[in-house]
Amino acid sequence: MTTPISFQLWQGLPLWLRMALLVLVGLLLVGLPAGHALFPEGHALHVSAFTLSLAGKIMCYMIAALALDLVWGVGGMLSLGHGLYFALGGYAMGMYLMRSIGREGNYQSDLPDFMVFLDWKELPWYWVGSSHFLWALFLVVAVPGLLALVFGYFAFKSRIKGVYFSIITQALTYAAMLLFFRNETGFGGNNGFTDFKRILGFPIAAPATRAVLFLLTGALLAASLWFAIKLVRSKYGRVLTAIRDAESRVMFCGYNPFGFKLFVWVISAMICGLAGALYVPQVGIINPGEMSAANSIEMAIWVAVGGRGTLVGPLIGAALVNGAKSWFTVAFAEYWLFFLGALFIGVTLFLPNGVLGLIAKLRGIK
Amino acid sequence: MSATIHPFDGGASGDAGGARVLQPGLDVSHGQMLYLEDITVSFDGFRALNKLTLYIGQGELRCIIGPNGAGKTTMMDVITGKTRPDSGTAFFGQTLDLTRMTEPQIAQAGIGRKFQKPTVFEAMSVYDNLELAMKTQKSVWASLKARLSGEERDRIDATLQRIRLKNEYLRPAGLLSHGQKQWLEIGMLLMQEPLLLLLDEPVAGMTDAETDATAELFLELANKHTLMVVEHDMGFVGKIADKVTVLHEGSVLAEGSLDEVQANERVIEVYLGR
Repeated sequence: MTTPISFQLWQGLPLWLRMALLVLVGLLLVGLPAGHALFPEGHALHVSAFTLSLAGKIMCYMIAALALDLVWGVGGMLSLGHGLYFALGGYAMGMYLMRSIGREGNYQSDLPDFMVFLDWKELPWYWVGSSHFLWALFLVVAVPGLLALVFGYFAFKSRIKGVYFSIITQALTYAAMLLFFRNETGFGGNNGFTDFKRILGFPIAAPATRAVLFLLTGALLAASLWFAIKLVRSKYGRVLTAIRDAESRVMFCGYNPFGFKLFVWVISAMICGLAGALYVPQVGIINPGEMSAANSIEMAIWVAVGGRGTLVGPLIGAALVNGAKSWFTVAFAEYWLFFLGALFIGVTLFLPNGVLGLIAKLRGIK
Repeated sequence: MSATIHPFDGGASGDAGGARVLQPGLDVSHGQMLYLEDITVSFDGFRALNKLTLYIGQGELRCIIGPNGAGKTTMMDVITGKTRPDSGTAFFGQTLDLTRMTEPQIAQAGIGRKFQKPTVFEAMSVYDNLELAMKTQKSVWASLKARLSGEERDRIDATLQRIRLKNEYLRPAGLLSHGQKQWLEIGMLLMQEPLLLLLDEPVAGMTDAETDATAELFLELANKHTLMVVEHDMGFVGKIADKVTVLHEGSVLAEGSLDEVQANERVIEVYLGR
């Protein structure tokens, strides 16, 4: 009944434009990996490994932005620590990738190099099973999901809201970063995991492997978007929005906000974990820096720039900000953080509904 | 009237404190719907409610009046689970201990509340507001799978008709006029099918015509439901009340028909100053 602006915008576009946009997105999703894998270097249609992994990385960020939009834009819970769930998914995948190196590391040991360096003789208990891809895949979803469940249970049970909630999420990711920085934690300390060789037996830097990883990321993005739209348009989604706008009214209507918040919180963390798991093999490294406070804040900026609660907006926001970042950090590296700050202030002051809200306004949709 | 008048469904959400909370029905066998006894609530030493004792009978339309700070809103907070009393008991029917239930449980047990400031879901359409309020399973799982049945659509349509928002059903609730918001909130209460309705200043900001229509609606409702109305507008109170309770400094000052309480010397003293 109530139609979000992203749907109104989409329905307001002429058919040819909608078709053109879909074709364009499809071309990018298929054309980039095809250009990389099918055409040799030097060919006019060749897409470089750098371009492909940059695009793949940005798509992973888009998925994370979508996950954050579900809890913040739709549910009204501003998380400043979603980078943690992203990184945990990345680390779970990274463990598998480290084990897949086999004896080809610098020390020719069965153990990952950093463990040899620490003079460890055997794998810690939490590394057991990490050589199995399916177990890794399970951890990718289960670890962020479980942490979100425990954290959310206590936070929502104690009815922590607003800025207090945001600060605690931020503190949590910061604490996790400090923990992961320690060598004794068993995740490679400040170097994290890198130097991956293969995934499921396929060489990780081969064009075909890169292309498939890119396609998988595109598929996950499409599936997450489809799922998020379904969720928001269900009655559950309307209750969640209602909780965002008038929580006590929802309670006096007979709904317990606790379960509604916890559900979306856990789902969002799991989606973030999956995004992180696809990020690591494409970027080739995961370290505790992913858990830094600044990273998680940047995610919130992507969502704000694109348009909170619009689902499609945060995807645009993540792409725009990261596109700008790639260019900026090459052109004027030292000014990037100033630009990011200015962007956030500007969007908050002048574009409360982000880029999508601006487009809607220009087209006369409220 | 049978003793168990309304099975309340599930109570699926939330964990209750204690087993007696989730009784399958409301026991009003003694003719009383609400029992408040010796309720005391203090905020930082200020006694918002001071040994308040109040009973509401089934099917009654009770008006609560009293000067600012008399404890009217705090009393509603206690009944709906928002505030826990320091001492005293609050029972809904014979068996439901309101002081041990959460807000959603109390709402599902059949107590609906309209806030002083109209509170609707502004971003959502009028229709969606009514849909969310409708009495049904309200767990996460049920909400994920919920589809409106034809019968439920009819109920929403009937309520839209009743609150005179038939033509605005697609409008975002935030764009309604103040009076329309009040009516929408009343409509949401009706969708909940509560046994007891708590209405905090329902006609504030309404035009005379709207106020008259509201009075009519309440009188109609009083046959099927029990109503407790907090209101300052004496004209309105006079139109609807069969019994009026005057609160003052957290306890009951007087009770009776409007004429009786208006003739009561202590009430005059409180209202006109000494």
